[in-house]
Amino acid sequence: MAASLLGLILSLFFAVSFGAKELTNASVWQAVTAYDPALPAHQIIRELRLPRVLGAALLGAAYAVAGALMQGVTRNPLADPGILGINSGAMLAVALSFAFFPNLPYAGMIALAFGGAVCSTLIIYLLASSVPGGLTPLRLTVAGSVVAALLGSLCEGIAIYYELSQDLAFWYAGGAAGVKWMHLKLLLPVILAALLFTVPLARSVSLLSLGEETASGLGIRTGRVRVLAMATAVLLAGASVSAVGPVGFVGLVVPHMARKLIGGDYRLILPLSALLGALLLVLADLAARTVNPPRELALGVMVAMIGVPFFLYLARQERSGL
Amino acid sequence: MLSFTAKGRRAWTAGAALAALSACVVLLSLNTGSMSIPPSGVLRTLLGFGSPDENLVLFEYRLPRILVTALAGIGLGLSGAILQGLSRNALADPGILGLNAGAGFGLVVFISFFSAMKGPLSLLIPLFAFGGAVLSAGLILLLAYDRRLGLTPIRLILTGIAVAAGFSALALFLSLQLDEDTYAFAARWLAGNVWGRTPEHAAALLPWIAVFGPYALLQARALNAFSLGDEVAAGIGLPVNRQRILLLLTAVALSSASVAMAGGIGFLGLLAPQLARRLAGNRHEHLLPLAGLIGLAVLVAADTAGRTLFLPSSIPAGVVVAAVGAPYFLYLLTRTK
Repeated sequence: MAASLLGLILSLFFAVSFGAKELTNASVWQAVTAYDPALPAHQIIRELRLPRVLGAALLGAAYAVAGALMQGVTRNPLADPGILGINSGAMLAVALSFAFFPNLPYAGMIALAFGGAVCSTLIIYLLASSVPGGLTPLRLTVAGSVVAALLGSLCEGIAIYYELSQDLAFWYAGGAAGVKWMHLKLLLPVILAALLFTVPLARSVSLLSLGEETASGLGIRTGRVRVLAMATAVLLAGASVSAVGPVGFVGLVVPHMARKLIGGDYRLILPLSALLGALLLVLADLAARTVNPPRELALGVMVAMIGVPFFLYLARQERSGL
Repeated sequence: MLSFTAKGRRAWTAGAALAALSACVVLLSLNTGSMSIPPSGVLRTLLGFGSPDENLVLFEYRLPRILVTALAGIGLGLSGAILQGLSRNALADPGILGLNAGAGFGLVVFISFFSAMKGPLSLLIPLFAFGGAVLSAGLILLLAYDRRLGLTPIRLILTGIAVAAGFSALALFLSLQLDEDTYAFAARWLAGNVWGRTPEHAAALLPWIAVFGPYALLQARALNAFSLGDEVAAGIGLPVNRQRILLLLTAVALSSASVAMAGGIGFLGLLAPQLARRLAGNRHEHLLPLAGLIGLAVLVAADTAGRTLFLPSSIPAGVVVAAVGAPYFLYLLTRTK
């Protein structure tokens, strides 16, 4: 835990230091502590890199915790806001807001993205639970990914019809490049509040992850915990999508790493997931910026490169529920 | 074998109706677009009496595109029917199983080698797409195969989804290395945009459908045997493993050549055989040709709708097909045990 915190702080510093324009460590330090708007180096750091890196860290934490909550509550090791179609619901809402309310303030967009995420979650749940034989992890995953394909297609259609492809391409590519202080001002309180809200939930989620009967035998109100945890996860995912677009696999991979490191207690898994998620996304964003400067690679592509093999490995482990 | 049972008659009726429908769709597609040509004008032009403008629009632009779309529709419908028969899985589809993404990856590799999408070189495009799709098919089989359970339907799909995500990411990654335009092309391709528009593109696709399509039709009996289960098929005297690999390669060839020219169209390979089964039952000698015809009618209709209903912009055919096909897939998912 302490090691990952240290790693995060170091990587934040490195991520601010490295980029298309070489800067010295001293000027990075000064830009933060003694800001001088007359210096271009300070401007780059203050206005471009710092919000971007902080944004990547914040959103990484949000996606990872959303994934951890979903995996705990559904007892589905393959759950992830991207795979379960939540991101695509938020995406579609963002596309609609671009098309019909182009002057919507950012706060309104977050609210819409959240609404879209809630809708797609409900659709997938209804679908998966209407199956004779019930809601197996694999079935939920397949339903989610097909809903994601459908909503993604609709999104594509809207983008082309209303000529928003340029504006939306940035979302599709899932880059942190566009994160500005304005976004952070809104995202920070929303995401931090949601993350703090998971602290009192964590114990109940742990018990739920052991099974429905166990949890209710110990006096947990399973239905209520499940709704609260899912709502938190959906809020985290929706807010993140509205800022950087859908980044898949963070929410899938990170909680598993946390579980490997620390065991099955969600009081520890959730904070560790937040730290590791932040670390992963900051590093992925750094790689996306520096592999081939001055061109940027899509952040989502970078994360998928890490995430896909891991997902396949997990799917192979998955022996139950067929 | 032509059978004149009740089912057989129904299949013939359905086939005739579909052929008529396809002809109507193609004709409609020839009439519509940014320059509208009345049916009489189309007929006149096809007989060689068109104005220079009409000639240009029809022969250089609209007809090749419709040919590419029609051939790709046949290819995807057949491919889906073969995959569903082989895997005894109602949800199999070249898009969902990740073959399309593999083909797209092969296409991007082709662009990075040759960077020319026009002219005689485009004859090679289906070959590269085939290579990519074979790669992804091999990977999926390797990963989804379980020594105790064999290939379970849901697991096959799950692995396909992940492999598709990986190959799409790789394709985008590679295309970003090249230049902005290639990236835009790859992104549009993944959304299912019919880009094959020249006579060369139609010519590149034609042999693949003309060779593998009839082969698939000839193998209807083998597919019938497979749908009874491997033991029964072996009991009838079918060389099960060899036949399975041949049929799988046929399905991969049909779908990858089709999507190479028509973009990553999903759900059509799922939709067409399912509808064909509703119309004509499970006998593959009826099911295969109907699935091909339905694929043709649906894809040409989807491309025409996307091209004309939303003027001045145009919606990719893949988006139109997904809007219809995805809900159908979900409906099937809730029905299968």
